[in-house]
Amino acid sequence: MTPGVTHGPVPGTIAAAWLVARKDLSIEFRTRTAFLSALVFSVLGLATFYFTWDFSIVTPADRAPGVMWVILTFSALIGLQRSFGVEEHDRGIDALLVSPISREAIYLGKAVGNLVFLAAVQVVALPALAIFYNLPFDRAFLAVAGIVLLAMIGIVAVGTLFSAMAVNTRLAELLLPLLCLPFFVPVLINSAQASARLLAGRPMAEAWPQLKIVVGFDIVFLVVCTLVFPYTLEE
Amino acid sequence: MSSWTYVRRIFGGMSSPPSAVEAAGLVRSFGSRRAVDGVTFSLSPGDCLTVFGPNGAGKTTLLRVVAGLLRPTEGRVLVRGHELREDGAARAGVGLISHQSMLYGALTARENVEFAARLYGVADPRAAADEVLTRMRIAGRSETRVRALSRGLQQRVSIARAIVHAPTMVLLDEPYTGLDAAGGAALTEMLSELRAGGATMVLVKHNVDEGLALATHAAIMLGGRFVRSDGRDAIDPTRYGAEYRSLVIADSERGSSAAARAS
Repeated sequence: MTPGVTHGPVPGTIAAAWLVARKDLSIEFRTRTAFLSALVFSVLGLATFYFTWDFSIVTPADRAPGVMWVILTFSALIGLQRSFGVEEHDRGIDALLVSPISREAIYLGKAVGNLVFLAAVQVVALPALAIFYNLPFDRAFLAVAGIVLLAMIGIVAVGTLFSAMAVNTRLAELLLPLLCLPFFVPVLINSAQASARLLAGRPMAEAWPQLKIVVGFDIVFLVVCTLVFPYTLEE
Repeated sequence: MSSWTYVRRIFGGMSSPPSAVEAAGLVRSFGSRRAVDGVTFSLSPGDCLTVFGPNGAGKTTLLRVVAGLLRPTEGRVLVRGHELREDGAARAGVGLISHQSMLYGALTARENVEFAARLYGVADPRAAADEVLTRMRIAGRSETRVRALSRGLQQRVSIARAIVHAPTMVLLDEPYTGLDAAGGAALTEMLSELRAGGATMVLVKHNVDEGLALATHAAIMLGGRFVRSDGRDAIDPTRYGAEYRSLVIADSERGSSAAARAS
């Protein structure tokens, strides 16, 4: 009988975050709307960029990093729009806020869900990039995939916070990129420089300074956004 | 009477245990408009306060403030001595049924309820979800995605989600909306059991007869204030409806007159 239900411990921050992330991923797996949108956008973007450059002037390896980061940035925004959109439709967010889990757990769960979403898109987009731009699937390419993962952490950290802020506004789809892009810049600049060096055949040591900056921004963004997130939920 | 306080029933003075719910001078403003304007009440375990009022009286806002979803502009509300906004452990005993279903359309009924059970640390979330869905007479559709269910069935799932963890405080905003007779009976039965177990309830209703059925206290809310409040014993159910309607009509006429003067 429900009134006699047995209670265990309330989930801690990590466990609750995983519950939220798993719920978001289940919803996305069922609907696949944002995933397909981001995927189609990525492939179409790669194809469009491919046909708009003169091969005789700029080599594919020179173009690939720029194209990759533009595609990644905007496909991330598609996923971030969806992140709190699923909570708004029937005010699922209220059920999360009334529950005993912490606000930080909601943020971290959303961020993990967004990270997995974006990673899933890149699992298709990166090989597509390599095919379009004749990039070898070598160690440098794997290292670039690692840089993409590092950059995604920073992008998702900031984007999840702004997604929560923008979702209730009338111009959410416009506001989210406007809020996010200035904060993405330091991560994108350094990631793009590091990946460009690796794809140009330079040694890993030349990419380290940029990678350290990316990791630094990841940590700062993640900590600050986790702390700030509860205040974005104030009505 | 603009507000009221119930005398603590058993214990008086400083030695009394914390009330189940204690709201003092609650004000919630949106810009210059006071949606809740100085509401005070106190409830003991097992009490059920039913708040009646017309649309726009501030009932839903009051419920959202009590639930910790809105920060009061002034005053405060304590649930078993804790502020819900600040205390996750205190929220573990709260169940909220709102206008919105708070469900995820892409998930099945069982997945929605099981997710809620996990958030509240229910020991066997799957079994608890199955049981409460059975009690709400929707077990046969538990593997159906919520978006494919009718409004009434979604409401049953929403109720199951809100009470799967056997809350000690239940906040209900027009919970019978959309329910058929069977669903309504199931809800009444579940709420009665929760109350018998000591759960405190705040219920927002338009329908006086349904609202009084569960109430130990009743209040009429107009313009953000409690304009009348009574213990259930002091209420004559045969006259309360007419008194409520006359208060609402008088308030509406005052509002119309004020609007006419302003224009």
